[in-house]
Amino acid sequence: MNDNLPETTHGDHTPAVVEEPIPNPGLPAHEWRPTDVDPRAEKRAERQVAGLFGLATLAAILFVVSYFVFQIGEDPDTVGDLGASNLALGLCLAVTLLGMGAGMIQWARKLMGDHEIVEMRHTASSPQEDREATVGILQTGLEESGLGRRPLIRNSLLAAGGVLGLLPIVMLRDLGPLPGDKLDHTIFDMNTWTPDQHAWWATQHRRYQRVVRDVVGTPIKVVDLEVGDLVNAEPEIVFAKNADGEPLVEGTALLVAKSKAAVIVNRMLPSDIVSEQTRNWSVEGIVCYSKICTHVGCPISLNERTTHHLLCPCHQSTFDLADSGKVLFGPAARALPQLPLVVDEDGYLAAQHDFDEPVGPSFWERG
Amino acid sequence: MRLLNRSLGRLSRHRRGPVAGLAVVLMGLLLTGGLYAAFSPASAQEDGSAAQIKQGRELFLVGCSFCHGDNGQGVKTLDGNQLGPSLVGVGPAAVDFQVGTGRMPAVQPGPQIPQKEVVYTPEEIAALAAYVGSLGPGPAIPNPSDYSLDGLSDEQRQEAIARGGQIFLTNCTACHNAQGAGGAMPRGGYAPKIQGVPAKYVYEAMLTGPQAMDNFSNGNLTPDEKRDIIAYLHSLQDSPDYGGFGMGGLGPVNEGLFAWLVGIGSLVGVAIWIAAHTARSSKEKAEA
Repeated sequence: MNDNLPETTHGDHTPAVVEEPIPNPGLPAHEWRPTDVDPRAEKRAERQVAGLFGLATLAAILFVVSYFVFQIGEDPDTVGDLGASNLALGLCLAVTLLGMGAGMIQWARKLMGDHEIVEMRHTASSPQEDREATVGILQTGLEESGLGRRPLIRNSLLAAGGVLGLLPIVMLRDLGPLPGDKLDHTIFDMNTWTPDQHAWWATQHRRYQRVVRDVVGTPIKVVDLEVGDLVNAEPEIVFAKNADGEPLVEGTALLVAKSKAAVIVNRMLPSDIVSEQTRNWSVEGIVCYSKICTHVGCPISLNERTTHHLLCPCHQSTFDLADSGKVLFGPAARALPQLPLVVDEDGYLAAQHDFDEPVGPSFWERG
Repeated sequence: MRLLNRSLGRLSRHRRGPVAGLAVVLMGLLLTGGLYAAFSPASAQEDGSAAQIKQGRELFLVGCSFCHGDNGQGVKTLDGNQLGPSLVGVGPAAVDFQVGTGRMPAVQPGPQIPQKEVVYTPEEIAALAAYVGSLGPGPAIPNPSDYSLDGLSDEQRQEAIARGGQIFLTNCTACHNAQGAGGAMPRGGYAPKIQGVPAKYVYEAMLTGPQAMDNFSNGNLTPDEKRDIIAYLHSLQDSPDYGGFGMGGLGPVNEGLFAWLVGIGSLVGVAIWIAAHTARSSKEKAEA
């Protein structure tokens, strides 16, 4: 027997009394509020509460009034920078809610009884007889259904449930089919073009597809770019129009094409270029890289002219544009794909061919 | 006449005196100085004139040459870093931007030179720009007509603003935020806020690519495209904040932070304050 534990029973006839090591001090004496002892304070508090509720009522009526009085109209900044209608509606609603809330709190704090009471905790488990009764009901049910005696019914029910579980797994098929080599190419690759687009290209009598400015779609002349220039660009096919002036790529296909083939063009001093690949694929110090981060595919064009470091705003992956798009920092696992540039017959920037590797976030077959 | 003769004669008697040489030299200096002071400001008004370039060079030697070198050729530190870059070919636009917005003269080299109070007067900035412009060909200070929408019909203005918005969202938003509120850059740098920046400086920043910013030369974005971007920025400033507090337009992250920290935080504070304060009386209530 442990001597540290207090003695809990004293023979058969004495009731079980727990002796605490420190006597229970009990509840401190109740302190009365001024509103409890002073009838005038009580009356005053009553008037305050009623006043707050009255204010709430008044503001609610004003809300309805200002709804009809103030027109939203063309001037959204009649009072300060705010519209009179919005301001009046908002203020009235705020005063209504605040008045009701403050009134209730005042009521509870000053007038409702606040005597401390003690409520003893009862045991969490159900009484013994309730538990026995429940087990009895379950037992009876089990016997009457004959689940144990009729294995055929039991097994066929299990089979039905199992097949039901298969249904959502089968529907995962909708995630497919697998993309094949679609992820390996962008619209820079003419093999991905439709016959319409090939027909348009045949009218152009050029060998290389140009890299053109995004938004405006104008071609980029090599001599126009200064050292330090950064151009957000796209392949020219996304801005091309057929003889009727209809765009050759539109709708969802346009969005997909633009988001995959977006590139940035940066001119630096040729002497700044570090790697052999970057130099070979550049034109007069002009380099071109995919604009899609190889981590999770955010568009990146936060370039520092002085260091040629390109920063992704999502997770701070940093790529070196002077050195094959090498990852300098951050979670990206592979270098930014570089687009091999060439100057076409008219002096405009063009792509030699599509990217050598898939652009965008790495996927399982890519590593 | 006799009086004049007499006084001249009296003066002439001192011509070989011990202080005569000094007096003559002093008078000559005062005369040249006075003439220079009287005539030089007029000549400084002329664009890129020799006198203006000369004044610019004097200012440059005092205020800029420590980092940029006596001839604006740039200075390298012992460990090969750049103290101040070469200014040959940056053009007057770069000087007008850097000095006109108070970024230069810099207090100290660092990852980014912050904007301060402008130190030089407009005439001095023009002189510095003329001097640096004389070092090598570079972008000139743009004319107000380059970035003004005057002369366009209402419809053309709306088109310019819409096109400018698209160009802005493609080329500028990455660093400067969709509303031009600015943003962070690697290693202590930042893209400054461009709301409320005068059109001239926005134009010059695009032309010259200050500090770590890329160039958007006229071969990159045409003058009309630059004008459209500025028109879009101004249209952003003119559009009212319907929601009341814009909080810099930085997006849902700072708005959520504001709601959680300031909004819910103050509600919790008020709830605690209410619970902690109740007037108590020392009197006892007479039990009924």
